Amino acid sequence: MSEAGSSPDEQGVDQSRRKFLTVATSATAAVGVVFAATPFVASWKPSERARAMGAPVEFDLSKLEPGQMVTLVWRKQPVYIVRRTEESVKALAANDSRLKDPASADSEQPAYAKNEMRSRRADVLVLIGTCTHLGCLPKQHFEPGDAEISADWPGGFFCPCHGSKFDLAGRVMNGSPASTNLRIPPYSFKSDSILVIGQDDVAQGVA
Amino acid sequence: MAAPEGTAKPGFWGWLNKRLPAEQFYRSQLLDYYAPKNFNVWYFFGSLALLVLVIQLLSGIWLTMFYKVGETTAFDSVEYIMREVDYGWLIRYLHSTGASAFFIVVYLHMFRALIYGSYKAPRELLWIFGMLVYLALMAEAFMGYVLPWGNMSYWGAQVIVNLFSTIPVVGPGLVEWIRGDYGIADATLNRFFALHVAAVPLALIMLIVLHLVALRQVGSGSPDGIEIKEHKGADGKPLDGIPFHPYYTVKDIFGVGVFLIAFAVVLFFMPTFNDVFLERPNFEVANPLSTPEHIAPVWYFTPFYAILRAVPNQRMGALLMLIAIMAFFFLPWLDRSPVKSVRYRGWIFKGFLTIFVVSFLGLMYLGMKPASTAYVYAARAFSVGYFAFFGLMYWFSKWDRTRPVPSRVTFHA
Repeated sequence: MSEAGSSPDEQGVDQSRRKFLTVATSATAAVGVVFAATPFVASWKPSERARAMGAPVEFDLSKLEPGQMVTLVWRKQPVYIVRRTEESVKALAANDSRLKDPASADSEQPAYAKNEMRSRRADVLVLIGTCTHLGCLPKQHFEPGDAEISADWPGGFFCPCHGSKFDLAGRVMNGSPASTNLRIPPYSFKSDSILVIGQDDVAQGVA
Repeated sequence: MAAPEGTAKPGFWGWLNKRLPAEQFYRSQLLDYYAPKNFNVWYFFGSLALLVLVIQLLSGIWLTMFYKVGETTAFDSVEYIMREVDYGWLIRYLHSTGASAFFIVVYLHMFRALIYGSYKAPRELLWIFGMLVYLALMAEAFMGYVLPWGNMSYWGAQVIVNLFSTIPVVGPGLVEWIRGDYGIADATLNRFFALHVAAVPLALIMLIVLHLVALRQVGSGSPDGIEIKEHKGADGKPLDGIPFHPYYTVKDIFGVGVFLIAFAVVLFFMPTFNDVFLERPNFEVANPLSTPEHIAPVWYFTPFYAILRAVPNQRMGALLMLIAIMAFFFLPWLDRSPVKSVRYRGWIFKGFLTIFVVSFLGLMYLGMKPASTAYVYAARAFSVGYFAFFGLMYWFSKWDRTRPVPSRVTFHA
């Protein structure tokens, strides 16, 4: 064949023109398949209802005495809210040598909770209550030296499934199968006593 | 070209065959399909897998007549099936026992391939289709286990789906997309139901058809690792072969009889198989705020689960678990031995195969147990054994001193 797209062969068929049309048709069809697949793939995303149900949750902190904990459900996940006592906050610094990630460098949390207390406010700890190991729910063992765990237990959370230990800032302790600290959800304070879980900044919306 | 078979026959059969290649089909699949005459007990499990597939399809279709998908209805509807539907307990236990039976049969079928080299050329593609069947079966079993919406269903789904979150960058978004919510939820249950009862079974059946078509193309292997097509008689039939029907159909019926006795014993006397086939926490409804004492998948996934837990880093654990499953796909190219069957291989292969089998069973046991420190160390040792088989095969299969393979099948009758 001398020139592309111009010279028919002995049967009167222009092979290169035919090839071009075949490729062009296939390519167009492939694009069509991508478009056709879009609604099917997109339908799997959380629906409007699921997103609405995942809206921020409010909690009135005045219901909680220092040393107490409450579990809320936000986006199908248990959220632990702990009102820490002053002594327990002061004791946190002593744990550093027993922690895998004391500065929360490898752990998941909003920037404002990436500190030693892992919280915005020293007295309020907010955690997602699923173990970073395999998703069980660590139990509260706030009493230091809890006989069920060990004499030098500083107080914190203990996962009954595989024995992961976390201190009162949700930081994972050496010897735990979990390798990162308990996750912290986005949260903010609407007022001194109203905690909003699921929202970094109250000013952004939701009155 | 000769007229297609059966078309010249009189009456309805001739009429039918002019319109549908019925005779041609059963001749090519059964009467004229020659298999080696020395099949032993290991060759029962392919046909048994087909039998279990039929049991699962039949009991599964019947279960969908009574099961009500949905996070508030699913668990209750399973209890309703168990207590109030006539023979509902039987249909449900058929399905749950069938799931475990499927994996027992498939694992033995795969072990047959390992010892007799059934994956080696020219059967690489046959092996790959078989592995795809196995993957589809794993997906089918996992999603089926979520449907009763017991607490182990819920937490098992939680752990398995969360594995995808270890994928860099896209992981967290992917997990949300799979679940359709911010946790395992009604949306997840609904899509798993759709996949479990329609999409995956269709894929499974298509893959099984491809597996069987590829088998007809290359022919069955033999315990000696000999190709019977290489020695044909004057009539063009393999000298060491016998027609699949009636010889192996009748032999397989005997196997079916033995299998069904064992199946019935489990079905009627120990349907939970002492917490192994149906786990105790799953008789409690799904509860997002309470985890079972320890989360373990059903026994057929525990070897891979044990590998996952043996690794201190979760992303590495998930990756190793994936490699543990995918390694099987590469067997045809990892094994460079000139012989197929273990009968003519040397002690190196036999040694590594033994290590692999012990490791696989060891991991299976450990995966069912809580991950205490001692168990984790044992799981690490077995993981090394598991991966040594695949990782070193490329070399040890070549170094192994093999014995000469006879030209005709050995037959002790």
